[in-house]
Amino acid sequence: MLEELTFGFPVLSMLLFFPLLGAIVLWLLDNDDDLIKNAALAVAGLELVLACVVLLHFVPDSAAMQFVERVAWIPPLGIGYHLGVDGISVLFVALTAFLTVLIVLYSWDTVRHQVKTYFVALLALETTIVGVFVSLDLILFFVFWELMLIPSYFLIKLWGGGAERQYAALKYVLYTLLGSVFMLVGIVLLDLNYHEWAVTNHADPPYTFDFLQLLTIPIPIDRQVLIFWLLFMGLAFKAPMFPFHTWLPDALLEGPIGMAVILAGIKLGTYGFIRFSLPLLPDASRNEGVVTVMMTLALIAILYGAIVALIQPDFRRLLAFSSISHLGFVVVGLFALNFQGLQGSLLTMINLGFSTAGLFFLAGFLYHRRQTTNLAAFGGLARKVPLLATFLLIIGLASIGLPGTNGFVGEFLILLGAFKAYWLYGTVAVTGVILGAAYFLWYYERAMFGPLAQGLSHTMADLKGRELVIAVSLSVMVFWIGLYPSPFLRIMNGSVQALVDRLDRGAQVAKIDVLLSTGRVVSGKWQVERTETRREP
Amino acid sequence: MFELLVILIPVLPLAAVLLNGLLGSRYSHDIAHRLGWGSVGLSFLCAVGIFVETLRTGVAREVVAYRWIFGGDLTVNLAFLVDPLTCIMMLVVTGVGFLIHLYSVGYMHGEEGFTRFFTYMNLFMVSMLLLVMGSNYLVLFIGWEGVGLCSYLLIGYYYDRVSAAKAATKAFVVNRIGDAGFLLAIFLIFVNFKTLDYTQVFAQASQLSTGMATAIALCLLIGAVGKSAQIPLYTWLPDAMEGPTPVSALIHAATMVTAGVYMIVRNHVLYDMAPVALTTVAWVGGLTALFAATIGLVQTDIKRVLAYSTVSQLGYMFLACGIGAYTAAIFHLMTHAFFKALLFLSAGSVIHALSGEQDIRNMGGLRSKIPWTHALFLVGTLAIAGIFPLAGFWSKDEIMAHAFTHGQYVLYAMAAIGAFLTAFYMFRLTYLTFYGRSRLDHHVAEHVHESPAVMIGPLVVLAVLSVIGGFPGVPPESGWFHHFLHPVTVAAGGGEEHGAGFGLVATLMVVATAIALLGWGLAHYLYSVRTEAADNLAARAPGAYRTLLNKYYVDELYDFLFVEPAKRLGVVWDWFDRTVIDGIVLGVGRLTQSGSAGSTWIEKHAIYGLINVVGYANHLAARSWRRLQSGKVHHYAAIIVAGLFILVHLILVWWSGSSGIGVASR
Repeated sequence: MLEELTFGFPVLSMLLFFPLLGAIVLWLLDNDDDLIKNAALAVAGLELVLACVVLLHFVPDSAAMQFVERVAWIPPLGIGYHLGVDGISVLFVALTAFLTVLIVLYSWDTVRHQVKTYFVALLALETTIVGVFVSLDLILFFVFWELMLIPSYFLIKLWGGGAERQYAALKYVLYTLLGSVFMLVGIVLLDLNYHEWAVTNHADPPYTFDFLQLLTIPIPIDRQVLIFWLLFMGLAFKAPMFPFHTWLPDALLEGPIGMAVILAGIKLGTYGFIRFSLPLLPDASRNEGVVTVMMTLALIAILYGAIVALIQPDFRRLLAFSSISHLGFVVVGLFALNFQGLQGSLLTMINLGFSTAGLFFLAGFLYHRRQTTNLAAFGGLARKVPLLATFLLIIGLASIGLPGTNGFVGEFLILLGAFKAYWLYGTVAVTGVILGAAYFLWYYERAMFGPLAQGLSHTMADLKGRELVIAVSLSVMVFWIGLYPSPFLRIMNGSVQALVDRLDRGAQVAKIDVLLSTGRVVSGKWQVERTETRREP
Repeated sequence: MFELLVILIPVLPLAAVLLNGLLGSRYSHDIAHRLGWGSVGLSFLCAVGIFVETLRTGVAREVVAYRWIFGGDLTVNLAFLVDPLTCIMMLVVTGVGFLIHLYSVGYMHGEEGFTRFFTYMNLFMVSMLLLVMGSNYLVLFIGWEGVGLCSYLLIGYYYDRVSAAKAATKAFVVNRIGDAGFLLAIFLIFVNFKTLDYTQVFAQASQLSTGMATAIALCLLIGAVGKSAQIPLYTWLPDAMEGPTPVSALIHAATMVTAGVYMIVRNHVLYDMAPVALTTVAWVGGLTALFAATIGLVQTDIKRVLAYSTVSQLGYMFLACGIGAYTAAIFHLMTHAFFKALLFLSAGSVIHALSGEQDIRNMGGLRSKIPWTHALFLVGTLAIAGIFPLAGFWSKDEIMAHAFTHGQYVLYAMAAIGAFLTAFYMFRLTYLTFYGRSRLDHHVAEHVHESPAVMIGPLVVLAVLSVIGGFPGVPPESGWFHHFLHPVTVAAGGGEEHGAGFGLVATLMVVATAIALLGWGLAHYLYSVRTEAADNLAARAPGAYRTLLNKYYVDELYDFLFVEPAKRLGVVWDWFDRTVIDGIVLGVGRLTQSGSAGSTWIEKHAIYGLINVVGYANHLAARSWRRLQSGKVHHYAAIIVAGLFILVHLILVWWSGSSGIGVASR
């Protein structure tokens, strides 16, 4: 995990600040809606292109941090501007860019007022999310984590469709804020622990929040457990994990579809676990108590989410609970702590960006047509809008993990990993598969099949134009990952293996290596920074 | 060339799916159906080529398409295994599939969603072929759930009908229960063998403990029971008759529902090591064969009778697996595919002739009006009833004989009673449909017509197969069929035993024939000679009759036990979520609010009070205070920061107490 690759030019910084720059430009533009929309699409599109450049130049099957940029920011406190992506984070960056483009397309004619502000907020939000994924400095990470709240708050509050959107926005912000306070304490403790070690061993620098540097030092197990739970508060509130989930149904139901796509599709909370908690605190993560609590919460989430989803008459509320259920699967995979579990969790987090987020787009299409997603307004829609029904089925089946779709690959790996580690947990989790089929298909049956609902006699437009672009691109991803996941698996495998090794070794017995100096070896377009290690005295 | 042919077999229908699915609306129905049956026909030809090659070389070969899922110690290829068992299954699936596709051209003519129908049917062929051709459990599983999906789509083909939509969901969800069991089996296999490839798993199988082998075999059985509609997961199949009749013939009779049987035979190495699991298989099969047959006695929907008959016949195949007669199971699978497809399609021809009428109480006397259909249906009936020397006779007799010669007398008795009931309800169906006086609605009667050649043609082929399809398995237990399948079904410990003498075999054949004739005779008596006798019988035992008619109330029982409680639990938990969990959150929120009110109080009274004392304008302070109060977020943030401060303080105190934060303590 210590190897770092740098790239010819600071592509991650570009990736990070380009949307923000775009937002500023948008802000300065005239109040012409068409101009604003086209500009927003151009910015989001170019961002996606940049993300694809990163993916194409990403070296697969490698555990190295790639495209690394490192600049000192506040040296006395050991805070740095340190960016980099590896197999764990790079796909999230691309996913964020992908979804933002689709959201811009979706918002094209669904956002009618304050168009400029909306797109400014959306692009600003993109920057903060990308920031969360590319930050390798914990303070930098935390800054983006918190900054994300500002555009989110306004997006829910100002463009939400529900009557309770004020309440939902506030609830979301407070929840996250409360959790992140604990997380900040955890981060500070990591730094203090480092400081203590640095002073003892006369190492330089005295303070650091650098993720890679923090990896190199030992942390006593009781501190690991304490820090784990502090980080847990921040991550579990954001994820959200049961029982900290109640902000999610409100935010998803009251907020605009674009925000729902971000909240449901980009799994920041569980990303935090696999990015920071597991590698930094391997002994705590393997701790029996920790695993038991995490698994229990996750299994409750799977069954609870699925059963509550079963009876929801509102599609978006159903999706919120299905999202909670899916997150349960992700956490089960994470705390299986073996290769398949981690790989499956990682892939599932990406998958949810296509399936659950995709279902929110489809919910949006329905909402756009009926001004509600409640079952009472639907019935027999398959006859009226066959394309919409077809795509809803495709993406819905992906979300319940039908083989051939992306959902299956991720879910299978998670369940296999969980079963390998703890067969009982694995077995309980498998029942979630049955319930998933039940809640989705039951809703689908009532909304799409059967006789036409009352008040639907008038014509209803089927998907076309931009809507079709969204649905098709999501479906392409669904089948690509489902049938030929090789490129995605190769990207993540190296990092997953490194994480598994680290979890197996633990931090206590890990060789205590210190990053002291770096020598550069130029190979092709890549400059490989080899870390020289010095055995501590 | 061999590899190419193998890969083409599923790829050809897949290409048709893509073409019809994406572009189908742009061209005429003629092109759509030609792509549909043409691709399956070509697949069949490829399968014949592969079959001939396998027959010549006699070796099993694996064809890898690409690496599918990998990482760590797991590698799963999208790969195919070609061995005798695969060959038989491929031939049955593509052969019968081709005939049914051809038939559908006539049957579905003029239906709305014609192209959609062929797209789904071809997608089914792809899934089914993956199922039988896969060389590891995961490729099998793609097909396994894929056929479930196609079954869902095709049952719900007439999605406007509430009953069809409900049946579709039910089929998928019940199948998923089985699939969950199958997944567990896959996990157990991987944990034990570190691979999911058949060949490697079976090679190492002998290292398994009996307990583990039993666990794997039972989990696989859950999957098989779901897919093949056995007790207790059979309830979806009769409802599945909501789909168009060709679907019932292809998916719910000839191919998909036999997947469980195929899977057990494929894994017989594991089952052979787990006697408990084998016994379970045998009893599940025996009970289902008998149980479904009893329900079939009184049903009045022509397709539902056939559906229960399918469940019952699948029971025979399970029974065969359970007593170790794997070849017989596959043999019956094959002959059943012929005659049950024939029966369903002839029934479809009847329904077609009667403009959609399915209730046999409204039929009768059709023999002269649709003679071809009558003759074909009769051939199917004779075959399924086990009349010598039709296909069903040989395969069913072999299963029963195997049970008898291996000392399984109870199972034999169950199978024999089942055979009697089968002959009875099938001839009941024939008599009520084709003989006696016409009970047709006169509007319907005016339009009765024989089906077109495109429908009758495939039926004739199936009828011929139903007559001669048993001969590859003659003589019993040592026919060509047995020799061909021998390398696959041979027991791990040695060859299959051939214990029974000719005398016993011949006697059992005579007994089986007698049983079938008895059933026929009874049906003839009740429904042809004394037509009022059946109603009298029903009137004399109304309780039993109603129980059978209502299928032993099993659907109602499952609703009561599982479906309703799950919904109620959902309602309760939803309430819990909104009231309790969110209530706690709101409570905490209110606490924070009073906390922030407190901080405001301090601000107002302490700070501004102080300012007042100093002499600043009072109204200024009040105004700032009002402004502060309007921005709630500010206060929450203040509380959170204060909390943070306290928290850090507490942790630091604890930390320095336990290990010392500074260097000094070291």
